[in-house]
Amino acid sequence: MNRLKYLEERIFLGLMVISLIIVVGSLVMILGMVVVRGVPALNLAMLTQTPRGGYYLGKEGGILNAIVGSLALAGGATVLSFFLGLAVALYLQVFTMDARLAHLIRLSLDVLWGIPSIVYGAFGFTLMLWLGLRASLLGGIVTLTLLELPIAIRAMDEVLAMAPSELREASYALGATRLETAWHVLVRQSGPGLLTAMLLALGRGIGDAASVLFTSGYTDRLPTSLLRPAASLPLAVFFQLGTPVPEVRARAYASAFVLTVIVLIISVATRSLTGRLRRHVIR
Amino acid sequence: MKAARLTLRQLKDRAASRLMGGLTILVALLVPIMALALLARARPLFDIAPPGRLLLESEWRPLRQVFGFLPFIAGTLWVTLIAMLLATPLSLLCAIYLAEYAPGRSRELIKPLLDLLAGIPSVVYGLWGVLTVVPFIREVVVPWASDALGCLPLVHSDNPTGYSVLAGGIVLGVMVFPVIISTAEEVIRAVPGGLREAALALGATRWQVVNSVVLRRALPGVIAAVVLGFSRAFGETMAVMMVVGNIPQLPRSIFDAGYPLSALIANNYGEMMSIPLYDAALMAAALILLIVVVIFTVFARITLVQAIRRAA
Repeated sequence: MNRLKYLEERIFLGLMVISLIIVVGSLVMILGMVVVRGVPALNLAMLTQTPRGGYYLGKEGGILNAIVGSLALAGGATVLSFFLGLAVALYLQVFTMDARLAHLIRLSLDVLWGIPSIVYGAFGFTLMLWLGLRASLLGGIVTLTLLELPIAIRAMDEVLAMAPSELREASYALGATRLETAWHVLVRQSGPGLLTAMLLALGRGIGDAASVLFTSGYTDRLPTSLLRPAASLPLAVFFQLGTPVPEVRARAYASAFVLTVIVLIISVATRSLTGRLRRHVIR
Repeated sequence: MKAARLTLRQLKDRAASRLMGGLTILVALLVPIMALALLARARPLFDIAPPGRLLLESEWRPLRQVFGFLPFIAGTLWVTLIAMLLATPLSLLCAIYLAEYAPGRSRELIKPLLDLLAGIPSVVYGLWGVLTVVPFIREVVVPWASDALGCLPLVHSDNPTGYSVLAGGIVLGVMVFPVIISTAEEVIRAVPGGLREAALALGATRWQVVNSVVLRRALPGVIAAVVLGFSRAFGETMAVMMVVGNIPQLPRSIFDAGYPLSALIANNYGEMMSIPLYDAALMAAALILLIVVVIFTVFARITLVQAIRRAA
């Protein structure tokens, strides 16, 4: 009887360690695959040139269009969702007195967070049809903004909630209005955290393909106008992988490597920022 | 009279409150707005057949105006269920280990790795599926299965490519690991320590504590974590569509190709404006995804909030 319970303990501990190895192992396997396949296919021309004639048959060129396009799409969406998101997060934290309303809004943000990006894409497309827009950088930015908003708001909401309430009380006691308290005290106090929230949203936005598929299209040129289509890295991976030409498929691996490196940099920056940049923070 | 006495500062405060409140309400209403917009675009489809018939019809011939969603719903369910069968036990064991067994330092080491896993873009998962999972199924799993288990119904195979609902399920399963693990771990850790200590004092082993005390207390939250994983898997697009084969049929074995709803939308956006009612059909597919995911997420979130509040 006693033996049995220790045997059981052993078995389950073993199973747990095995599952942990499988989970961490799959991460290692994916990252390893991206490096092993991507690095040999990478060269300077890929990073500095746009596709030339015959690129998709294996001739000269690179994916600069997709790199710049992705940065423009996700960057634009992140800036937009920062300002919109900050307004909503501050409203939830400072302006509204109605706890049930705030709870309901947080619930709907969590639901928005879970909505698949292809649905955002379909909705963005519908929106663009009504506005008479074609697949364009602007359409992609609007759709990605919707996708990033719930992430940005929830993260900023949590960051703002961590500011000590004495700070607010001191500000109100000096006669500051809610807006002044929000802007001069809370935002300043939470600065680093707000930046982290933005990086979180940027990371999600830059890797997303399904939402920009309909809305920003794809082009071999660099994005120069908000009303023209823009390329993006995830779609560069997807389209190049779909061709039968081995050289082009190899470029898909290289594109995936570039995308993964960008996402990893954002992720590491998010982590290290959490600790630093605390000049205005009162502890 | 009163308004006239407001100072500029107070006016600014009020204006900001109104503006930000309006924005907040708009964001909160985004889910119904999206649903209505998709419904409006999908409406013309309901004129040729009622929604119930569309969902159960298994034929898909856009050129002849026959739109049956059953193969796509079946495809989505197949990949999602395979993914959940795979991910649920592994993720829960991991979550239990991280919450109950792992020393602080190794938890600090593993959690960032899970964040990394969650942050990997969907296409990279898809690429991994194409380069690793699909060949593995084609070269290893299918030959072995048709030798050893060929007579069983669910593993019978006449699809030699490896692009299958199993491949989609495996890729999706790995994608939902971090979702389930981080939520379940949080729920398990919220169970008060006193309960554990009481059980340990009675001579229980750690696993007995987990199994008979902690998991029982955390059960609603753990279910919610799994449901969140399910709804994440349900609408995932790029990674799945790269590995499932995209053939509109009712899969009868895990090695058959399938065609999930999300892949249907993503694959056909190009021609949807040139065939009548095709765009309505694709928007209806998006609407189905939206409705299912919203129902499951609302259930999971409400359960989670209650579970954590009750445990604390």
